[in-house]
Amino acid sequence: MKNNIKYLAVLALGLFACEPEFDNPIEESGTYSSGSANLSTYVAVGNSLTAGYMDGTVFRSGQQNSFPNIMAAQFAYAGGGEFTQPSYEDDVNNAGGFLLQGNPLPGFGTRLVIDASQGRPENLNVTSTVEVSNLQATAYNNMGVPGAKSFHLGAPGYGNIANLAIGAANPYFVRHATSPNATVIEDAVSLNPTFFSLWIGNNDILSFATSGGAGVNQTGNPNVLSYGQNDITDPGVFAFTYQSLVDALTANGAKGVVATLPDVTSIPYFTTVPYNPIPMDAQTAAFVNNAYAAYNGGLQFAAANNLITAEEAAQRTIQFTAGQNAVVIVDEDLTNLNGFGIPSYRMTTADDLLILPSSGFIGTLANPADPTSVNGVGVPLADNWVLTTTEIQMVRTARTAYNNAIVSIAQANDLAIADMATKLEELVSGLRTSDGQIYTNNYFNGSSDAVATAVFSLDGVHPNARGYAIVADEFIRVINEKYGAEIPRVTAGYYPGVTIVPTN
Amino acid sequence: MKKLLLVLTIALSASVMYAGGYRVGVQGHKQLAMGHTGVAVVTSAESAFFNPAGLVYLDGKLNVSLGAAAVLSNTVYQNREFGYSRKADNPLGTPFYAYGAYKINDWLSAGIAVYTPYGSRVEWPTDWEGSHLVNEIELSAIFVQPTLSIKVTDKLSIGGGPIYVTGAVNFNRNLSRSLTDEAGNRSNVTIDASGINAWGYSVGAMFRATDDITLGFNYRSKIDMEVERGDGTADFENLPGALAGSFPDGDFTATLPLPAELTFGASFKPSDKWLIAFDYTRTFWDAYKSLDVQFFNAAGLSRNPRNYKNSSIYKIGAQYEATQKVTVRAGFYFDESPIRDGYFAPETPRPDSVNFTAGLSYNLNSKWAIDASILYVHSNEIQNSYDYYREAGQPLSFGGEYKSNAIVAGIGVSYKL
Repeated sequence: MKNNIKYLAVLALGLFACEPEFDNPIEESGTYSSGSANLSTYVAVGNSLTAGYMDGTVFRSGQQNSFPNIMAAQFAYAGGGEFTQPSYEDDVNNAGGFLLQGNPLPGFGTRLVIDASQGRPENLNVTSTVEVSNLQATAYNNMGVPGAKSFHLGAPGYGNIANLAIGAANPYFVRHATSPNATVIEDAVSLNPTFFSLWIGNNDILSFATSGGAGVNQTGNPNVLSYGQNDITDPGVFAFTYQSLVDALTANGAKGVVATLPDVTSIPYFTTVPYNPIPMDAQTAAFVNNAYAAYNGGLQFAAANNLITAEEAAQRTIQFTAGQNAVVIVDEDLTNLNGFGIPSYRMTTADDLLILPSSGFIGTLANPADPTSVNGVGVPLADNWVLTTTEIQMVRTARTAYNNAIVSIAQANDLAIADMATKLEELVSGLRTSDGQIYTNNYFNGSSDAVATAVFSLDGVHPNARGYAIVADEFIRVINEKYGAEIPRVTAGYYPGVTIVPTN
Repeated sequence: MKKLLLVLTIALSASVMYAGGYRVGVQGHKQLAMGHTGVAVVTSAESAFFNPAGLVYLDGKLNVSLGAAAVLSNTVYQNREFGYSRKADNPLGTPFYAYGAYKINDWLSAGIAVYTPYGSRVEWPTDWEGSHLVNEIELSAIFVQPTLSIKVTDKLSIGGGPIYVTGAVNFNRNLSRSLTDEAGNRSNVTIDASGINAWGYSVGAMFRATDDITLGFNYRSKIDMEVERGDGTADFENLPGALAGSFPDGDFTATLPLPAELTFGASFKPSDKWLIAFDYTRTFWDAYKSLDVQFFNAAGLSRNPRNYKNSSIYKIGAQYEATQKVTVRAGFYFDESPIRDGYFAPETPRPDSVNFTAGLSYNLNSKWAIDASILYVHSNEIQNSYDYYREAGQPLSFGGEYKSNAIVAGIGVSYKL
């Protein structure tokens, strides 16, 4: 019997030691692989989207959820190395924004948060502690520079603090350019990337679009030095620049992934405010129509004299009715009848896009003492509040040309292509992730559902952390496909969305 | 912008009372060692649990059995698509039992049974990928069952008694997949209740067909564990300032059915020294449709479909009186999972299991014996998911591969007068 006891004891010990183990534990090496790519030195080149810009700025915790940083964490399963990003250690308030020589830098406020007491987005009410002149002079794996257009990446002096005053430098790049005249692409290449992502070109059209088309379409003009900030970059310039960027990044044989540019109708900055945001009763409508009677009469006069077509006269006629109404805008693309004292007014249609900030402007009084001076009704909206059909078409034409260049250059260099244009387009009807959640491009609307599912940050243009996770997942998907890699995917649902503060 | 609707769906997700994966049957070391058979076995006061009708056939005026065990359970989880790999660190569970039976006269015995058929501790790494379903859970339930056993004829007996249950639960999970406070700490809720009381009953019948063959039947009723207002606390933590006011700590209500169990079986003695037993248990898990937890703040009502199915346990065991002093036992049972595909939640990572048991009794003298048993629970790895967590109105799937095992080792004493 003693022997039996001994056996039992041995059996018991054996069982105690036995922890469950999978047949194919993923922790075992060899589970994941980079395929024919080498992920050991990954460098991300691009603009704000690459930098992890959200809620109107780059801030310390937000930057952690830049799509390249999310990707790098997954790359680590498949031979990925260290991934560095510009330092935001000095962002002690986790608020982003910029100081220049201790003073807030205009146009670079703190991050947007929802002020629950007001029910609206506001800049976080703390002081930025991020000092532009605190130069890091370091090339980072994340070379995303917010605001950069394609040609900025190769522009010497773009990181020179002395150029800030004349608008030829970018404070984000100033902070980490390795020398005042180093270019973004030079700094990126200095890291000897074995793998890269390149997502650039958004700002080449986006600043035109977000300015409501206030800039100039520079198609056909290759002289970038003559461009204004809100202009559309010449597609020829874009293609040439893009080719040189890809040449630089692939010079040592690196593989990589590029991304196409999404349409403006994919982002809530242009889709949140409806074209007909003005509710009106019949009495008010009649009153307003009366005020525009002279203008409408002028149109009939112009049409009768063949100055404009009957069609244009109809298009320009101002007519309010009981219910939801379109707004009155100034449209410089209409036939100029100023000489006849007839201004270029019309009402918006479903084809026009009112930009997000117009929601806080439409309905206010241009002259507080004059109740008839309602912006968008009695006082037409200026060009910068609306992206008109014509302007949208300019943006689309340029975007199509850029995307064609991106795809053909990528194909010629055998690079992976993430079709972010198509991916983000899915948000319009609902993008379904593998866990079953459905994400849209809706702007945060205050509902509990939006707390869990909003993927755009409060600036209306950039994704939030959750949105960047969707982007990272798509990049990984195409990298896996192109290079036969097995890199684990990303679940967007675990990433944070909007920040809500009780008061601000 | 619309007014903020500060309401979150709290999908408290737990089959609280059944969990850890293990409704580990440690209701007697003698019986556990024999594959947890016992509905048709008469050896000691453990019959108060296995079949109250058997008490009246016990030798001796007074029978007492006491015992306890240590439960070491392990569950690992992985998801290849996303690279998740986690291990539940389950603290030691310590089920116990105490049975006493007193023979009042030749046809009537009275007894008392105290046992812990449900108990579990599962501890996943805090804020792991399934933390919206469960971070950690600890539960215990103590059953107290006064029992009468009546000999109807020399061959037939019946028995039964009311069951008084007192239970406790502590359960923590995150409020959603992404919500945090301003410092990035995940918002979570802990529900805690103890002294939850409920009543049920157990009835049994035993038929001694011949000297060597015994048949048994036992039915234990469904017991609804109801947490009523004031019984427990719901502690909400790490909510962002803007939401904290809508999620004050408070109480909650919930109902957790402990399903009815029907067991019948047979034992026979091929020789003086051998006893072989077979049991079949049907557990009426279909009572467990959904776990609904009502909070009394913005969290509101949390509905968590479970939709369990009835399941069976097939048991076989044998004992051999090796010497006058030593009886050795061994057994096996197959335990069917009540969980349907798509309802596999990580607080109950309980797939089908095969269970190996062994043990022995050592008779110190004619009155006292020491009983020991071990149980090894093995499950094959399983690929499954829980598909009924709702986020923003959408059902979400959380799944991957799970693998579990458990080892139970215990010791007890029996006394016979």
